[in-house]
Amino acid sequence: MADNQTPLVDIRHLKEYFYISTGPFTTKPLKAVDDVSFTIRRGETLGLVGESGCGKTTVGRTVLQLYKPTGGEIWYDGKQVKTARDLKEFRTKATMVFQDPYSSLNPRMTVSDIIAEPLDVHGLYKTKEERRERVLELMQYVGLNSEHASRYAHEFSGGQRQRIGIARSLSVNPEFIVCDEPVSALDVSIQAQVINMFDELQDKLGLTYLFIAHDLLVVRHISDRIAVMYLGKMVELADADEIYGHPLHPYSKSLISAVPVPDPRTARANQRIALKGDIPSPLNAPSGCPFRTRCPYATDACAESMPEFKEVSSGHFVACHRTAEINS
Amino acid sequence: MKKPFSLQVDMDSFLPASAEEKEYMVQMRPSTTFFRDGVKRLVKNKIALISFIVIVAITVAAILIPAFWPYSYDQMLGVQPGRPVDASYNNLKPMTYGRTEQKLIDAGEDVFPHLFGTDQHGRDYFIRVVYGTRISLAVGFFASIIVLIIGITIGAISGYVGGKVDLVIMRIVDIIYSLPDMLMVILLASVLGVSRLGEAIEGTSLERIGGNIISLFIVFAILYWVSMARLIRGQILSLREQEYVLAAQATGARSGWIIRKHLIPNCISVVIISTALQIPNAIFTESYLSFLGLGVNAPMSSLGSLASDALNGISSYPYRLVIPAIVISLIVLSLNLFGDGLRDAFDPKLNA
Repeated sequence: MADNQTPLVDIRHLKEYFYISTGPFTTKPLKAVDDVSFTIRRGETLGLVGESGCGKTTVGRTVLQLYKPTGGEIWYDGKQVKTARDLKEFRTKATMVFQDPYSSLNPRMTVSDIIAEPLDVHGLYKTKEERRERVLELMQYVGLNSEHASRYAHEFSGGQRQRIGIARSLSVNPEFIVCDEPVSALDVSIQAQVINMFDELQDKLGLTYLFIAHDLLVVRHISDRIAVMYLGKMVELADADEIYGHPLHPYSKSLISAVPVPDPRTARANQRIALKGDIPSPLNAPSGCPFRTRCPYATDACAESMPEFKEVSSGHFVACHRTAEINS
Repeated sequence: MKKPFSLQVDMDSFLPASAEEKEYMVQMRPSTTFFRDGVKRLVKNKIALISFIVIVAITVAAILIPAFWPYSYDQMLGVQPGRPVDASYNNLKPMTYGRTEQKLIDAGEDVFPHLFGTDQHGRDYFIRVVYGTRISLAVGFFASIIVLIIGITIGAISGYVGGKVDLVIMRIVDIIYSLPDMLMVILLASVLGVSRLGEAIEGTSLERIGGNIISLFIVFAILYWVSMARLIRGQILSLREQEYVLAAQATGARSGWIIRKHLIPNCISVVIISTALQIPNAIFTESYLSFLGLGVNAPMSSLGSLASDALNGISSYPYRLVIPAIVISLIVLSLNLFGDGLRDAFDPKLNA
């Protein structure tokens, strides 16, 4: 089962609609995630990028079934996660690191209680001593001083709090961690420390990440493969170098041209592809391709049907009607 | 040995610090909890501290004094077995004595004084006030606990489950809110107190305090939980959107765990404050129900019934109305001030 061919996480046609009431008796679906499929191999990091409100976070939370998916299947390690029992087991293998290190830690709990909470919930220890040792071990993993175990979260800095959050997500010995913008609330020097820690932990513990971020440089640094989302749909998925070197979808092209370059000469030579307009509301998504309202290459065909998410070269998926014409 | 004027550098000063020396340099601030911070602020607030001392003093007095006081609240001092009723004990002024007592004093014996005199049946008024305080405090305390338990349970469920459950519970709350509560209290107290409860508790120890007080508890249980439930619901609604609740859900925690470990501990300060402010409310309600004659049963006294009885002789014995009124005011005032102090100390929004 756990051979290298079976992906660890296999998401098939995932849909997550939120129903927004538009009147006293009418509701309208907000398609936060609409028909998204991807796989993550064991030990790799899949980066997920896109602008605010495109559904990145919703994908992360729906993959962990924090929101009940409206449609689609979630396969983990060759088995579908479907029943409550599957889910209980899944919870000990897949965990999450949250974006905001301030609101993701309960202010009334000590650090050791926060870190050990998943252990408490699943009853994963026999004695108090065992629990304490595990907590201290985890604190060491993430570079926290073990003397701080009895302190409260508000006594720590943002970076330390994020480390506490990471220790919590590691406590059940997971294989897969969804990192929901884990560094975007931290300042740059701390970001580097935390990102490197993610790298080290991956090597040491053999973790698999779904790394959600909007900082393209951070994503490039940590990811093996990168997926680009736009308005609830996945528009491109490829190896990190491939997507940075040869983006095929017009949205990815524009996104990657916006990455700041440290060398001003190169930066001047690069052309930024500025998009016109704003991202449309997911409540009134355009017909056909969601990107057509801002796409410089849009034709009438784009308004009619949603382009298929297909593999154009090995491991490089794009959803665009005009891939061939644009990139020739 | 180094020469005093040598320019040679002493290398010993440049050795790396040992573990102990490093330890010595580390300054650790003792870890403080939210609760300890709150207590510290509370103690600094003089008004709240004095109120707290007054409350404790009154409570301790109400509990301990009846144990050693020579008179009892229902003992008519003028009535002695085998003798005619001695009317000289009725309506004594403060610090005066009945005829037989005066004889004992003249004979050189010690007689315990009647600090507040006696009432029209010759009962020691001081001990009646003490018992009245006892009843009032007990009613305030237990009624608030009933309100707390019902309010917290229903509010937490309503806020956490949400959806249709929340809708139904909140409409029930609205209905109870819209009833004129004083009218309901009087109706329930009169209906329950006389006919049903009076028979049900006959012969039990509850009979002494009377069916009216039990019905008062029922009234509190039915009517007054609504504001507590609303408060808790509002708190839970905002707390459950916090990411740490989502984090707990991501670990697979059940709803009960999340409510117990995350939601209730985070709104407990609000709960304590509103309970502290609920107690005087309950005491006040009990007092005026007793004043209207719907309170405790006859020989037992409460501050309200004492005030009510005093109305008959108001022109001759005004102190009989003034004393219980002062005690009620003192209790209610100090509880309110203490509640305010608690809020100032524990409400994070005020000291952000």
